[in-house]
Amino acid sequence: MSDSLIDVVNAGVNPVEPFLRTDRMPHIWCPGCGIGTTVNSFARALVESKIDLGSLALVSGIGCTGRVAGYVKLDSFHTTHGRAIPFATGLKLANPRLNVVVYSGDGDLSAIGGNHLIHAARRNIDLKVICVNNLIYAMTGGQTAPTTPGHSTTSTNPYGTFEPSFNLPHLVEAAGAVYVARWTTFHVRQLSRAISEAFQKKGFSFIEVISPCPTLYQRRNKLGDGLDTMKYYKEKSKVRHGSPTNEVGLTMTGEIIVGKFVDRDRPDYQTLMRGQFQESLGDKFVEQDEPEVPVCS
Amino acid sequence: MAKGRVSIVVEHCKSCGFCVEFCPSHVLALSSAFNSKGYHPPHVVHPEKCSGCDLCGMYCPDFAIFATKNSGDKAGVKAADKEGKK
Amino acid sequence: MKADPRGVLTGTHFIDGDHACCEGALAAGARFAAGYPITPSTEVVERFASRVPKVGGTFIQMEDELAASITLQGAVWGGAKAFTVTSGPGFSLMMEHIGYAAMTETPCVFVDVQRGGPSTGLPTLPAQADMMQARWGSHGDYEIIALCPNSPQECFDLTIKAFNFAEEFRVPVMFMMDEVVGHMTEKVVIPPADEIEVVPRKHTHKSVEDYLPYGTNGDQVPEMAHAGEGYNFHVTGLTHDEHGYPNMTPQIQDKLVRRLQNKIRDAADRIALFEEDQLDGADIVVVSYGITSRVAQRAIGVAQEQGLRVGKLRLITAWPFPERKIRDLAAKVKAFVVPELNLGQMVREVERAAAGKAKTFAVSHAGGGVHRPEDILKVIVEASKCQTV
Repeated sequence: MSDSLIDVVNAGVNPVEPFLRTDRMPHIWCPGCGIGTTVNSFARALVESKIDLGSLALVSGIGCTGRVAGYVKLDSFHTTHGRAIPFATGLKLANPRLNVVVYSGDGDLSAIGGNHLIHAARRNIDLKVICVNNLIYAMTGGQTAPTTPGHSTTSTNPYGTFEPSFNLPHLVEAAGAVYVARWTTFHVRQLSRAISEAFQKKGFSFIEVISPCPTLYQRRNKLGDGLDTMKYYKEKSKVRHGSPTNEVGLTMTGEIIVGKFVDRDRPDYQTLMRGQFQESLGDKFVEQDEPEVPVCS
Repeated sequence: MAKGRVSIVVEHCKSCGFCVEFCPSHVLALSSAFNSKGYHPPHVVHPEKCSGCDLCGMYCPDFAIFATKNSGDKAGVKAADKEGKK
Repeated sequence: MKADPRGVLTGTHFIDGDHACCEGALAAGARFAAGYPITPSTEVVERFASRVPKVGGTFIQMEDELAASITLQGAVWGGAKAFTVTSGPGFSLMMEHIGYAAMTETPCVFVDVQRGGPSTGLPTLPAQADMMQARWGSHGDYEIIALCPNSPQECFDLTIKAFNFAEEFRVPVMFMMDEVVGHMTEKVVIPPADEIEVVPRKHTHKSVEDYLPYGTNGDQVPEMAHAGEGYNFHVTGLTHDEHGYPNMTPQIQDKLVRRLQNKIRDAADRIALFEEDQLDGADIVVVSYGITSRVAQRAIGVAQEQGLRVGKLRLITAWPFPERKIRDLAAKVKAFVVPELNLGQMVREVERAAAGKAKTFAVSHAGGGVHRPEDILKVIVEASKCQTV
């Protein structure tokens, strides 16, 4: 085959393309970064689950993963650092017909956003949270995150991290999430399936996706590039559905337990709220109006 | 005729190597050519082995490659082939 | 557009400012509030929590003010009119999101029932020391509108005005109450719904192809869309272009930030509401707002009885500051007397606008109570003895 530079074109369209703001391509993510890979899985899940795209809203915070909101062709909101979940809560409560996805990173969701993460899980707000966990604060240059494994080198722990790190599936399960899964960017089809499952679920769903940050986390810790990391995920991941979440903590080079850990049913926030009002107020309870849909020219 | 065919947008590629590594049929390899950013995009070395599974597309973080299954319409495929060789 | 009667508690009531503010919000069409308890504001949302399940709407008590101040904005983009309520320490926490509302042009109302500060300060006692913070509290260049009621009746009437300004200008509006106005109980008359004007959401009627989320057709306020209508728009706090896409260049920054500023400044004369009395021929003008204006009223009366030519200018809109009015008056009067429950905040604006053409006297008070009329009178008398500039 020739080494020419002509695009190879066939009659088809990239399945992810209808979901992308192609006028904003190429994106800013680094070579070997896994965030784009997760977007492919997300797009496939949207197709598979036949979700009405007009009812979908995507909310992200600040960080590399936070930029997903700007690249997807949906009603999308790039909010403040750590506050995607409360913003998403407001959206959902004002318009319960919306399917609200929160797509953000580990630092955004579990550090500055940690309080909102646990309360939304506790309340069982009907949100689908995709947490891309690259074990670092990438956008700002590679600082320690609550998820950074011990003995890693980061820009704020130049002599190695020593803090215990969060086990996110364990945290959100304890807080009350009804669907908790973890995959890596190697597990493209399983991730897509997990996102589709979360769309079928009513309540707080949390999907953690372990992803490479070749420029910062991997490079500073001499763990190779994005491809090396994907091979590590392939080799060291162990699928253990239903694993007790206290056993799925991560280390720098150790085993990565993946799978669906929690899939349970609890009434979601809005069901509980309406139930309580109906019980206490009876006939006096007035349902919130549906938002008016304007007439477009 | 191969079961599938690959489509590549060379200017979006960042040579991460995911598609080459994870294609189950080893259809791809990184070429020695450069795009304008200095990256080596992949090229199709074994087109006859492509099954159209689109794992390359699912792995690509830059949305620079995807594959589709050939529909079995030989005329349509021939036309697309001609298109690609222009 | 007339108010939705389901939210209007028509009648004559004997309620305090906090409760009247809640009724004002409901009358304005607010059907969503997110809050966090903080004295002396909590009653506003407690009443809302009690009223809204019978009117149709949602109240959620969030885990902190950081959440409350952005949850309400999610609700706005979901289609609701929304607000939150707080006091000093919570107001400080909300600053980032006030900036986000200004940047994304999210119409909403932030109620601050001011109390003694700084820090935890005096939770149950009044102050007016957040006035500069209301204007400058968040980072960057942005404009807001701030209103100051001085009675429970105004807590009702001006809350409606606050929502109306928010929708008209797509801006967060600060509703600057104080603990005394919030906790004083007076007669509040709520008229029938068809006598209340409300400004509806400035929603686009353009097609999906033609709609530009931050495009303006000559007027400086873009049209809005809500999530779930198929517009596929993007909203970001990053500097953005007319598509709403991040576009982080000095040129776009200049265009965007100046428009955010000009949409308010160009309409300042219309937004700046005030109440005036006996300004013609006055030597001294007492400039006051909120609860202090009630005390100042007495001091002005006594001064007038003593033969002094004292006029009153009560600020209803604190921001944008009525610069033109002060500038015009400064050319005609000897001095301004500005009593405030702080150590000098709005007085700085008066002094700046007067540009040396009249003297400015502050009557400061560290907070925790209200002025005595004689404190203000003393300064009026002193001001009247000063040399004309």
